[in-house]
Amino acid sequence: MNFLKIDGVRFRQGEWQLEVDLEAKRGGCIALIGPSGAGKSTLLSLIAGFEQPNQGTIFVGEERIDTQAPARRPVTMMFQENNLFNHLTLYQNIALGCHPGLKLTEEDRELIETAMAATRLGALQSRKPADVSGGERQRAALARCLCQRRPLLLLDEPFTGLDPQLRVEMHELVDELRKTHALTVIIVSHLPHEVARIADSLAFMLGGKILKAGPADAMLSHPENPELAQYLRFTSAG
Amino acid sequence: MNLTLSTRWRPGLWPGAIALFLLTAVIAGSLTALGALSDTAFIIATLRDPYFFQVVRFTLWQATLSTLISIILAVPVARAYARRPAFAGRKILITLMGLPVVMPVIVAVFGIVAVYGRSGLLNFLLQPTGISMSFELYGLTGILLAHTFFNLPLAVRLLLPAWDQITNENWRTASTLGMSSTQLFRFIEWPALSTFLPGVIVVVFLLCFTSFAVVLTLGGGPAATTIEVAIYQALRFEFDPAEAAVLALAQLLLCAGTALLLIRWMRVLSQTSGRKSDSRARPDTGARAGKLFDFGVIGLCGLFVFTPVAALVISGLQGPVAAVLLDTDLWQAAARSLGIALMATSLAGIMALGIASTARFLVLERRQKNAKEGLLLAGSLTLAFPPMVIGTGFFLISLHLKAVDTITLLMIAVVNALMVLPYILRSIAPVLIDSGQQYQKLCAQLGLSGWHRFRQVDWPMIRKPAAFSLALGGALSFGDMGVAALFDTTGHITLPVMLYQRMSAYRFDEAAVTALALVLMCVALFWILDRSLSR
Repeated sequence: MNFLKIDGVRFRQGEWQLEVDLEAKRGGCIALIGPSGAGKSTLLSLIAGFEQPNQGTIFVGEERIDTQAPARRPVTMMFQENNLFNHLTLYQNIALGCHPGLKLTEEDRELIETAMAATRLGALQSRKPADVSGGERQRAALARCLCQRRPLLLLDEPFTGLDPQLRVEMHELVDELRKTHALTVIIVSHLPHEVARIADSLAFMLGGKILKAGPADAMLSHPENPELAQYLRFTSAG
Repeated sequence: MNLTLSTRWRPGLWPGAIALFLLTAVIAGSLTALGALSDTAFIIATLRDPYFFQVVRFTLWQATLSTLISIILAVPVARAYARRPAFAGRKILITLMGLPVVMPVIVAVFGIVAVYGRSGLLNFLLQPTGISMSFELYGLTGILLAHTFFNLPLAVRLLLPAWDQITNENWRTASTLGMSSTQLFRFIEWPALSTFLPGVIVVVFLLCFTSFAVVLTLGGGPAATTIEVAIYQALRFEFDPAEAAVLALAQLLLCAGTALLLIRWMRVLSQTSGRKSDSRARPDTGARAGKLFDFGVIGLCGLFVFTPVAALVISGLQGPVAAVLLDTDLWQAAARSLGIALMATSLAGIMALGIASTARFLVLERRQKNAKEGLLLAGSLTLAFPPMVIGTGFFLISLHLKAVDTITLLMIAVVNALMVLPYILRSIAPVLIDSGQQYQKLCAQLGLSGWHRFRQVDWPMIRKPAAFSLALGGALSFGDMGVAALFDTTGHITLPVMLYQRMSAYRFDEAAVTALALVLMCVALFWILDRSLSR
């Protein structure tokens, strides 16, 4: 049974058009790869509700979500930047995932503690985003995603600005959280070989379409599609 | 962002629509009242009246001269500050240059009279030398002096950011080319300055053009009367509402034209310390003559601006302090002024917030950038509708309703709110829109909307600029005399009007203490509002 079902979604922006059908299993991890302008981030925005499709439906489980407001969807998302409010502490930023007015119950507090422990942020709760490292900021954003208790996690190149070692650590953390919290993850990345460590499958996008999708290992070792092969040559060279 | 249908139609348009409705209702009501009293035959008769032409000519003439003097003096002072970015006391001097902006006009006039008047400080200091300043303060000279006092520091602060446009590479290139100070000004500084000058000229011209309290107190007679003062005289002394209405419409037309120019150049007017670029890379900072000149003009400008303030403090402390401060009339007038200031600032703050949030909604959720610009422009409408014009309309309405005494405070507060609205709006709208651009997706995802969003995200972002502009608005309303003077029937309706009455009655000792009390209350109000709101 597919957990996420994107069926015949069309989205136009001027001359450019996105046409996508995609399915994901519960607890799986799909990496969207492809060059800039392929439509990867737009696809995430459509799932999260920041953009409205012109046509098609999006289901999470039995629930149709494409008509819902972003905050009502069973989805949480991390962006490349601006994941945290700079004037709030890490604790407050994480707690917003429980209640938008920061009115926290005892259960909420416990959940925040658990999320902070899971993302190894315990000692930093009273710091502000400017006072911690890039990796710690992204861990805090991940902790908030956990507090939101949404089953679908969308990651729009959130670790791009980090150094390679930290990126690997963050990918491992995402994988760990996915398994322990039964999350379904869709991650956008420009580094297919790196993201393949945690992704079950890859979807290669170009010109607003998914040209090729399949198991990560097979896609990387035998890229039958010529555009994908060319793309992989460039990314591995980079 | 193009959100789902349920969020697309959120009532994001309402706050701005309500604020704009209030704004246009007030302006339209006022204009209707003016129009009702201005039939064509009377307009033609007034336009043919030589007095009308004389008033319009003098209004334009004094505004042009005041602007020229202020700008010509401001350029070398601003250049001196830009060329000397790190001397001790620079920051405090620039901050104090903002004093004339918040200082009640009538208080500043008192300070100017205390320095340049016949028995003022200047003549007192010149006494031993046998020289006497023989110029007549009351008339064009006094008006120009007062306008320069207000606008020279303002122009310096507005021109300083021009030097931030010049990069260190420009200075280094000039250095390698061996440019002299004059060549630096001609080839590097003037091009940067010339993009700022038109905006600053229009701002200063508009302020001088609509100046009321200065001309009323220092004008000295029919030969030196501006349109705003003529409106006041028509209503208060001649009781000729029809003539006041025609004069107000003339003032409106002239102001609207100038304001259109202002809006065109408004975007370049930002205030910074003029320290962004490192002028140590300038090749002409080491010359002794240059240093002497720079510190000379900075010193002279400081002397010109701070002497009236010092004179005001000294004469205030020498006056009958106890008698004036124990007078209950003073505290009643102060309480009314405070009430007006708080009412005006709250109303302007709420309206500005409404307009700014709708502008953000338009640009971020509807992607209607032009509509956003249009809305912000509409929020600044009062730049084209001088408070005196709106006040005159209100006054005529309240006369018609026989309610001058009962709704006076409310009327003054509303007009003051509209007067400060553009400044508050221009200070919070860009920050609110930036905050939206930064956090719109995050807020949508976390369900942060309405009050929660305002409390958790928007207010922390806008708190500082909002606190500063609301505090400034409060201080300006507290010290404003224009519309209050129009509505006054008792002579002590507000503290500024009370001060004017005491000056007019030649009760200078009492006026000195009242002026000092007024300026201290203004500063206190500014400080309290700024501190309490920015926390």
